[in-house]
Amino acid sequence: MDEKGKKFIVGIYEDEDILLNAISSVKDKGINIYEVYSPFPVHGIENKLGYKRSRLSIAAFCFGFLGLCLALTMMIGMMTIDWPMIIGGKDFLPLPVFIPVTFEMTVLLSAFGMVGTFFVVSDLKPWGIPKTFDLRSTDDKHVMAIELGDNKIDSKKIKTILNTTGASEVNDKVMDL
Amino acid sequence: MHVESKLRKPLITGGKTIKDVSDDICIRVEEKPSWMWYVAMIISNITLIIGAYAVYRTLWDGIGMWGLNKTVMWAWDITNFVWWVGIGHAGTLISAILLLFRQRWRMAINRSAEAMTIFAVICAAMFPLLHMGRLWIGLIWVLPLPNTYGSLWVNFASPLLWDVFAITTYFSVSLVFWYIGLIPDFATIRDRAKIAGRKISAVIYGALSFGWDGAAKTWSRYETVSLVLAGLATPLVLSVHTIVSMDFATSVIPGWHTTIFPPYFVAGAIFSGFAMVLTLLIITRRVYKLEDYITIKHLELMNIVIIVTGSIVGIAYLTELFMAWYSGVEYEQYAFYNRVTGPYWWAYWSMMTCNVISPQLFWFKKIRTNIAATFIISIIVNIGMWFERFVIIVTSLHRDFLPSSWAMFYPTIYDVGMYLFTFGLFFTAFLAFSRFFPVINMAEVKSILKHTGEKVKIK
Repeated sequence: MDEKGKKFIVGIYEDEDILLNAISSVKDKGINIYEVYSPFPVHGIENKLGYKRSRLSIAAFCFGFLGLCLALTMMIGMMTIDWPMIIGGKDFLPLPVFIPVTFEMTVLLSAFGMVGTFFVVSDLKPWGIPKTFDLRSTDDKHVMAIELGDNKIDSKKIKTILNTTGASEVNDKVMDL
Repeated sequence: MHVESKLRKPLITGGKTIKDVSDDICIRVEEKPSWMWYVAMIISNITLIIGAYAVYRTLWDGIGMWGLNKTVMWAWDITNFVWWVGIGHAGTLISAILLLFRQRWRMAINRSAEAMTIFAVICAAMFPLLHMGRLWIGLIWVLPLPNTYGSLWVNFASPLLWDVFAITTYFSVSLVFWYIGLIPDFATIRDRAKIAGRKISAVIYGALSFGWDGAAKTWSRYETVSLVLAGLATPLVLSVHTIVSMDFATSVIPGWHTTIFPPYFVAGAIFSGFAMVLTLLIITRRVYKLEDYITIKHLELMNIVIIVTGSIVGIAYLTELFMAWYSGVEYEQYAFYNRVTGPYWWAYWSMMTCNVISPQLFWFKKIRTNIAATFIISIIVNIGMWFERFVIIVTSLHRDFLPSSWAMFYPTIYDVGMYLFTFGLFFTAFLAFSRFFPVINMAEVKSILKHTGEKVKIK
């Protein structure tokens, strides 16, 4: 467990616009930000932190396509191949009749597949342990966490920089990550 | 940064700060509820227990306990089913379609509207499940499972089977959408419980919050998930009542066999769903003192949706009458003549008054911004929408092609009891939700506070 007990400097911000400017100025000074925690989604933060657009929509499409294929395979397998029957004078492959169930299965697998992927990649699970740098970060404060081991600048200087960017508090924190 | 015109009225009044939002909403979960909550819960539970007896008799003695006869073989069961499913349309409409249209006013109301949706769909599902009589073999009847009836599969050409797929998909996707929105708010409650030293709450809400910590990367993914789910749920919500309407429209019964049904049913569903949301929210905002979050402006905007959908429903009623006459088909003509002037005229005219005339009162600003008037009209609309389904179903069936088999429908106490059961279930579930879950989406409200809160607007 050599990762145990990493040292962090935690800047607390009150306002999302101050936070956004702070991220830019902290990054300009060459400091690596570990992560920013907010009580609500802050728009534009992903660009500032250099995060790419999430690819979850691609996952949604793939799962949706899987649902479409499964639905058609199931219905054609049952109604056309295994036990063909004439219902309402339609032929053995009544494609228009298959549209509603195909649509529903596409949506069902797409939604569940995407949300499942989201849970897996974001490590969200009922027994998951949150990385809480400050308990107020789910209430009304934005928290910027900077890992000391990840930066060459010493902690005093980082603290001064955070204070000048408008942090209302700057704290030390040791986390078992 | 997002800038909003100061001419627009604030969506959150009372000069709230971000901290106030957490305090105002979490306090309902953290503190004991008022005596009013207990009274409401007891009434709901009594209703549920009385109704459960009707369910028990239905399962034990069969659906012969209901007032159905050979001619009217569908009545209250499917009326109630369609009514509840219709109500279940508002929640996902508010959270999905209004999200795509970037309507920020949805944020204060989407949580409770989605909860309402989920409970309403559960109530709706009770009727098709119980009408099978033998619930335990129902699974084989409706699901495409291998069985011992030869290799006979379920019939994918039947709209009733489409309904099974549509309703289960709608229910499960709505549930997921709702839960995804709840996760950050559960995390807020969890962390507040940790600060206050409430250990049991911290553990329970900790498990419910899935270890959410509000990291920027997770929020970014969360926003993508919400947007894609909204995109998926939008056609889904429209498909559900479309498919429900096909239960009728694909048959050859005069009065049912019309192509106008899908849009007409969808508009009616949104209409009744918004009415039920209004009924519930007007009580919730009062009891929980949420007037600063669910403002008169929110109620007014919902009333405008009611005028629009109510008018669409009104036009659909008139179109049905016109098409019956214009088609020249005498059975179709008689079905509508009988609806308007036959033995069920009172049901038809109740429907017309409640659904077409009453919502038109919302054209007056004084009425649509008046809480008492909104509350009364929302209940009138709910009654009207029940009558709409009753009229469509019973008046089309009770005088069929052979006058010798004409009959009337009289509900038994078990029909009434089943309906009561779903009311008990719905309100018990909604009250439990309002006690243990945050009734307003805190994270979303906080995200708009800076731009649409009263403080910014006054500056």
